[in-house]
Amino acid sequence: MSMPSRFALLPLPLLLLTACNRGTSNTTNLTIKGSDTEVQLVSNLAKAFARHNTSAHLSVTGGGSATGIASLLNGEIDIANSSRPMSDAERAQASERGIDLQEFILARDGLSIILHPENPITTLSMQQLSDIYSGRATRWKDIGGSDAPIVLYGRQSTSGTFGFFRDTVVKDDYAQTMRNMEGNQAIVDAVRADANGIGYVGVGYVKDDQGNVRDGISAILISLKNSNPVSPLDREAVKRGDYPISRPIYQYLPAVPPRGSPAEAFLRFEASSDGQAIVEASGFYAITAEDVQRNSTLLAKIH
Amino acid sequence: MLKRIRQRLPLSEHIVQWCLMCTAFLTVLLLIGIFLFLFLSSLRAFREITPSEFLLGNSWNPVSYHRASWGIGSLLQGTLLVSTTALLFAAPLGLFTAIYLSEIARPLVREILKPTIEMIAGIPSVVLGLLGLLFFAPLIAKTFHLSNGLNALTAGILVGIAALPTIASVCEDALSGVTRRYREASLALGATRWATIRRVVLPAAHHGIAAAIMLGLGRIIGETMIVLMVAGNSLAPPRSLFSPARPITATIAIEIKETIIGSTHWHSLFALGLILFLLTFLVNFVADFLIHRRTL
Amino acid sequence: MRLDQRLHERLAIGCCRMSALLTVSILAAVLLLLIFSGIRVMNLHFLTADWQHMDIARGGIFPAIFGSLALGIGVITVSFPLGLATAVFLTEYRPHALWKRTVQLAIRNLAGVPSVVYGLFGLAVFVQTLAFGMSLLSAILTLSIMTLPWVITAAIEALEAVPLHFRESSLVLGSTHLQTTWHIVLPSAIPGSITGGIIGIARALGETAPLILVGATFYLSHLPRSLFDPFMALPYHTFILATQHSSPLAAAYAAGTALVLFSLTVLLSVGAILARFWFRKKKDW
Repeated sequence: MSMPSRFALLPLPLLLLTACNRGTSNTTNLTIKGSDTEVQLVSNLAKAFARHNTSAHLSVTGGGSATGIASLLNGEIDIANSSRPMSDAERAQASERGIDLQEFILARDGLSIILHPENPITTLSMQQLSDIYSGRATRWKDIGGSDAPIVLYGRQSTSGTFGFFRDTVVKDDYAQTMRNMEGNQAIVDAVRADANGIGYVGVGYVKDDQGNVRDGISAILISLKNSNPVSPLDREAVKRGDYPISRPIYQYLPAVPPRGSPAEAFLRFEASSDGQAIVEASGFYAITAEDVQRNSTLLAKIH
Repeated sequence: MLKRIRQRLPLSEHIVQWCLMCTAFLTVLLLIGIFLFLFLSSLRAFREITPSEFLLGNSWNPVSYHRASWGIGSLLQGTLLVSTTALLFAAPLGLFTAIYLSEIARPLVREILKPTIEMIAGIPSVVLGLLGLLFFAPLIAKTFHLSNGLNALTAGILVGIAALPTIASVCEDALSGVTRRYREASLALGATRWATIRRVVLPAAHHGIAAAIMLGLGRIIGETMIVLMVAGNSLAPPRSLFSPARPITATIAIEIKETIIGSTHWHSLFALGLILFLLTFLVNFVADFLIHRRTL
Repeated sequence: MRLDQRLHERLAIGCCRMSALLTVSILAAVLLLLIFSGIRVMNLHFLTADWQHMDIARGGIFPAIFGSLALGIGVITVSFPLGLATAVFLTEYRPHALWKRTVQLAIRNLAGVPSVVYGLFGLAVFVQTLAFGMSLLSAILTLSIMTLPWVITAAIEALEAVPLHFRESSLVLGSTHLQTTWHIVLPSAIPGSITGGIIGIARALGETAPLILVGATFYLSHLPRSLFDPFMALPYHTFILATQHSSPLAAAYAAGTALVLFSLTVLLSVGAILARFWFRKKKDW
């Protein structure tokens, strides 16, 4: 064989790869995308689900709630993970595109505010949080701490946590000086290293496996205007709704899943006691009775 | 060169030639295509955003609580700050390394060193970003007593490291390209080695050196991963080297995933891409021009 | 020489030596730091096992390695023939025309375009317009366009290095242009094009930004079975581990993944350089 002919063999490995294709062009039958807060949780759920349903093929990607919602509206995925509810504008876009949005709650989160352990502050009110994150308060002494600048850590605009926190707590634009970190872990790492830092993360990133606060950060208690300060680690308070920034964690589907579809099986698995055990083990809180009620309206539509 | 020998060519020859021509055409098509595509997408952005707000505005906040703002001012400043820092770090270092390689080192050392330095070009930028996060940013924070090491300085130095091999390599090519006669003549006239380098070799190669710096700049402007991981990502216009910055490349990589296709935000990111493309095109064009100018 | 002149001379040359030393030590530092942070997770299990999220110490990065390898093979398959064909056309059929200068200008500019812009292009064209979705195919095509300029440049250099008299002798003996190219010129030029192309591919494997846009994933329940499946890849995996994962081991695993990625690119580059030496020895002109 002369030399050039030998190189014609190069494409063989790739052809081998495509030859393994079973005929359908996409063998993944459940594509899930969205919230970075949820991505590890849903990946854990997917892994456990796949163990019992070996024919199911799932893929989970992060990128932020807005990424998942955009992909859902673009018609690219089966389930969008979102740590914030979809906005009216997004729902309008969905109906424009003929998408019959379905909402599912799979867990609860107590969005936690973290500080460096050296910071003497242990509680903050919602108003103070709003002042800090909108830039109206710029030094720690404005809220009773030392005379040092407040360094704000937050998420990027792709994040549902970003949107949720802004709409529920700050109720204004974030200060321009806020540093947009890529994910919850990046915020934890940053606050760990910065004595003047403050950040907001999902409670799963604050607790370790035993339910205690991880090394190097302190989670502070939040109070509404006149109530007692509540800790995000207080599971009952979060479930009762006493913790001011607790939130449901959502998944959105583009239509009611048909009976027997992988999507339906996955949703039921998530709501089951096995699924909720994984939710708790991944650092979130199990869904409340009200959430179960809301989910049942969706599950009832499946036929 | 070779003149085409006239032959009666069989059809297969013509077909092959035609196929090859189409393939070559593809490359030009791609370049024009990328540009056209960015341009057309950006035009749609300008239906909703006024060009003056885009180019002159200072605040970029497409998902604002209040009104969306589309000014690229702070993004451009971020790109400028990080690029300048990187260039100031990498250009002198690259040039002096190249001088060492081409004028001072022994041939054996040169044979080993040149590929080693080119190896730095092979370091994926995500690796540099990771090491920046784990080691370099804390180092900067400790050295300058900052609370956080994710800022324009850290990003600038790491991006400079990424561009260093390009600058060093092309400078070295330019310096080696200077004919030996010049050096020999200078030394024969009694000049010292350094005087020869400074007054004879460097001026002779200055077009190539300028081209090297331009190529390095092109690489620097386009760097995405390092700035994504260590530049601090804050939308405020950077006030100093120690402020966080959010260059254009990082903005595109961050926000593209959340945009709905066809929305203004989607098109505005392509407008950002167009600006990036034009910047790097300009820089590469100048570099190209400099390389092809006849040096001494 | 006067004393101050000698001092000046020594300082200047010392400065150059220091610069070279600094540059090399940067490379050494990168290597050492990477090994230092990543070595403790490196073992056979790490390289061959499936990825586990809940306890990453029990898992490995095999899906990411597989994804990157699949990407690499795909990129070679697409960009190499295309690039070689373009280079052959430019040097054998149109060595002088305006054509060649135009294409070369296009190539040089394509090589300078930032990878994130390629990602944008790939996203809009392959993922959306051609509806390939966030799949292996879209990523392969996007990265191939990125690698194309390097392959073409290397191939042109290799083709131009083949001496003229090879072609002349062949034509004089009566073979056609095509036969000359295929049997005489190409075999001599392929080694050089390969080394250049391999370096281009090593760079493509290390790129993360296009993958962020065109779509690697975080979790996959199975290895990609067709070109239209989603996939995991080493650079994206490193990025995610460095910025998203909450396990305290994540940093070490990120470094381990980065180490595997870097070793892969180094292996390819070193292989290319060695191949260049070997072929140079075999050359008989």
